[in-house]
Amino acid sequence: MDDSYIEIENVTKRFGGVIAVDRADFKIRRGEFFSLLGPSGCGKTTLLRLLAGFEFPDAGEIYIDGNDVTGLPPDKRPTNMVFQSYAIFPHLDVFDNIAYGLRRERLARAELSARVEDALSLIKLEGFGRRKADQLSGGQRQRVALARALVCRPKVLLLDEPLGALDKRLRESMQLELRQLQKSVGITFVFVTHDQEEALSMSDRVAVMSAGRVLQIAEPRALYERPNCREVADFIGTMNFFEGTLAAVEADKLVVNAGALGYVRLAADTQTRKTDDPIALAIRPERISLSTEPGEGATRGMIAASAYLGERSHLNVLIEGRAEPVAVAVQNGARHGGYRAGEAVYLGFPPDAFVILPGY
Amino acid sequence: MARKPKGLFIYAIFYLAFLYVPVLFLPLFSFNNSEFIAFPLSGFTTRWYSEMLADGAMHQALWNSLKVGTFVSLLSTILGLLAARALTRYRVPGGGLALGLISLPLFIPDIVLGISLLILLNRFGLPLSLYGVALGHMLICMPFAITVLMSRLEGFDKSLEEASLDLGETPWMTFWRVTFPLVLPGIVASLLLCFIVSFDEFLIAYFLAGTDATLPIYIWGQLRFPSQLPKVLALGAVILVVTAALVFLAEWLRSLGNRAAHRPAGV
Repeated sequence: MDDSYIEIENVTKRFGGVIAVDRADFKIRRGEFFSLLGPSGCGKTTLLRLLAGFEFPDAGEIYIDGNDVTGLPPDKRPTNMVFQSYAIFPHLDVFDNIAYGLRRERLARAELSARVEDALSLIKLEGFGRRKADQLSGGQRQRVALARALVCRPKVLLLDEPLGALDKRLRESMQLELRQLQKSVGITFVFVTHDQEEALSMSDRVAVMSAGRVLQIAEPRALYERPNCREVADFIGTMNFFEGTLAAVEADKLVVNAGALGYVRLAADTQTRKTDDPIALAIRPERISLSTEPGEGATRGMIAASAYLGERSHLNVLIEGRAEPVAVAVQNGARHGGYRAGEAVYLGFPPDAFVILPGY
Repeated sequence: MARKPKGLFIYAIFYLAFLYVPVLFLPLFSFNNSEFIAFPLSGFTTRWYSEMLADGAMHQALWNSLKVGTFVSLLSTILGLLAARALTRYRVPGGGLALGLISLPLFIPDIVLGISLLILLNRFGLPLSLYGVALGHMLICMPFAITVLMSRLEGFDKSLEEASLDLGETPWMTFWRVTFPLVLPGIVASLLLCFIVSFDEFLIAYFLAGTDATLPIYIWGQLRFPSQLPKVLALGAVILVVTAALVFLAEWLRSLGNRAAHRPAGV
């Protein structure tokens, strides 16, 4: 059985002359925590609103659980949404907010209040039923919005930056809570965020978007370790790029002339590669080894700046033949307490830590 | 600590006196036991109030004004709500222009409006009646209704309506379950404001009323007879009290609504 649950087929949406979503084409699995990640204006919220039925695509189709929902209005779709502003009805109390969607179902009074009470206990707000929206804190409003959507038992829950308005500590605890909640209710979540850490820590899979296009869809680990293009590599975490050209193609290895790093030989798929192709080698700061002693194949450099972050330090290291400093992350608590600017260091670049990306 | 400037306080007293002392002569002389509106006062009486209550023509005029005012305020508010919703919720082509044109009657002198409406009715051979008065009053009430309702609609989060649709409610029921309760203070304010504007209006009514006098026209007519004047003062005093009460009520409702709509999101 095909486990795809939401199918987005070649969906394009324009606002005037601007393409907000450009030929999005992917599937989301049943029960998945799926994130749409990208900078503001990248089209992630538009895509979510297309799923909710607040916008309709100019081209393409959307299927949920095998049904074509492309032209359906929001009230006819098996989706519910948690809005960025939470959109708690100010004229209703918490109970009536949560019961809002259930009133249409003409449930018996006892069943209605049983379901609302269940929802209240799910979000740990028992006894808050008679509070008004303005008597709730930001975190509580967020939970009420969540309960109001979940109580309708949607097939898909859509979340539009639901944690954006919370302070850092509350946001972190809500991330865990949301993740646990998703596992326990088993509903497919589509989560929009511009916060890459949030996306990586919560999601089963993440779609990275930029300028209306979906650049890469992958599990968080793969996204971080094997970005498929420079934009993704740049947007997720910090990445050092070394521009170079392909010097030689061997049976299962490439030799890259990587400028300041000299010749680097690394295992790679050699099928589509040609000698003299421009190529970029990308490496994460924490994959670079750092030592105060010269070693085999190490590159000499000098610390230009260092930032102490508690359990780790971020260093900018200048190396010969490269104008831009190399970002290096080291764990503190090892032999060295801290690194100072001006110190001479030796950097090691393990070949298997490089990601090969198209060069300029 | 800055000292409160004394001069400004005195200025404020004079300002308020300038506004309200003339108006307060109305209730004062309405209880004065003399046909002549002059000092010194010659004793307390409620005679003018009982004469007022006995005056059939005045009652007819009052009834006419109430009818016109109610009709105008209801229709202006309904049409105003539709226009305000369209202008705030959708990107209407030429919306700004439409709003400008709707507001224009505010800036056209009422006498010009009155004359042009009179010419128009004559051209089409329509008889002068309270319907004409009501139409004229709607012209000047619509801008008030739209302004009040637009500020109310802009004051609440658009995603509230989206949330209702998302939770399975139809657009029609969304209006009644979310939009209407949230706009209600604005609707009440608009009804009161339009009613008062219509109730007070003289010039347009004077041109269009024909034989059915509204209250301001009736009062104007009575001013020719000195003996009728105290009775008119009594009526004026009653209108003053009722109008002030209505305005306070409208403002109170509006602030009540604003407080609910603009409460901070809170963290």
